[in-house]
Amino acid sequence: MKKNIAGTEIDVNEEGYLTDMSQWNEAIAAAIAVEEGIGALGDGHMKVVRYLREQQAKGAALTIRSMGKSGVVTTKELYDLFPGGPLKKSSKIAGIPKPVGCI
Amino acid sequence: MTDDKQPVKKMSIIVSRGSLDGIYPALIMANGARMEGIEASLFFTFFGLNALANKTLDSLKVSTVGNSALNMAMPMLGLPMTIPFPTVMGAIPGVSAFATHLMNKEMEKLDIPPVREFLELISDSGGKIYACKLAMDMFKLKKEDLMDRVDGVLTVGDFYNESAGAGTHILFT
Repeated sequence: MKKNIAGTEIDVNEEGYLTDMSQWNEAIAAAIAVEEGIGALGDGHMKVVRYLREQQAKGAALTIRSMGKSGVVTTKELYDLFPGGPLKKSSKIAGIPKPVGCI
Repeated sequence: MTDDKQPVKKMSIIVSRGSLDGIYPALIMANGARMEGIEASLFFTFFGLNALANKTLDSLKVSTVGNSALNMAMPMLGLPMTIPFPTVMGAIPGVSAFATHLMNKEMEKLDIPPVREFLELISDSGGKIYACKLAMDMFKLKKEDLMDRVDGVLTVGDFYNESAGAGTHILFT
């Protein structure tokens, strides 16, 4: 389905995750962040978002453990940056699919 | 999701078993709750304390005796699930250690951390870790015998108070 985010028609799934990560840009990230209750994105958020996109492009499976070990962010920081769903919300903002694992 | 569904706000999980297969499900459920923005607290009682005691927590084993659900696929021997794992075999010295080794290897592949690291992960994520006072007294354990992420030693009453609130679910494992 299509959704208008930050003035652009974007392809998303029924949960609002982008289905084509190449349609993403920072304005879209900012708009999703507001929608998700994260508010304005700072450098800390963007570091995570960029890392997620790199990993997704490589086809790596993302887990909360691998994020904490990435050197980009600690587990505590990740929870502070994206309260209410660290991996789910950051993935949505990064324009990548919802993580499928349980860890 | 319909609006009349009340969200789960908090999971209070009681861990009473001390085998690897008794502890991991609780850790996975608690971590999974935090990842969904749900509060989580773990209350370790009876043999569950093995998961908190510094002396035991890094060497927990899969139970290979009296575990009728254990089969040849479970310890990842690659055989069909329909072949049971004979309890007599499970009693042979080293078999539990071997089954544990195989299971740990499979879990590492799925990015499931070892128990100590898993507790640290849950603690970092804001989950709470408690030990049961009665079980501590019974096993003659002191707070300093437990890993450093333990938030407190609670009585049953304290635990229920800690679990108070609409949307809390208490789970016994």
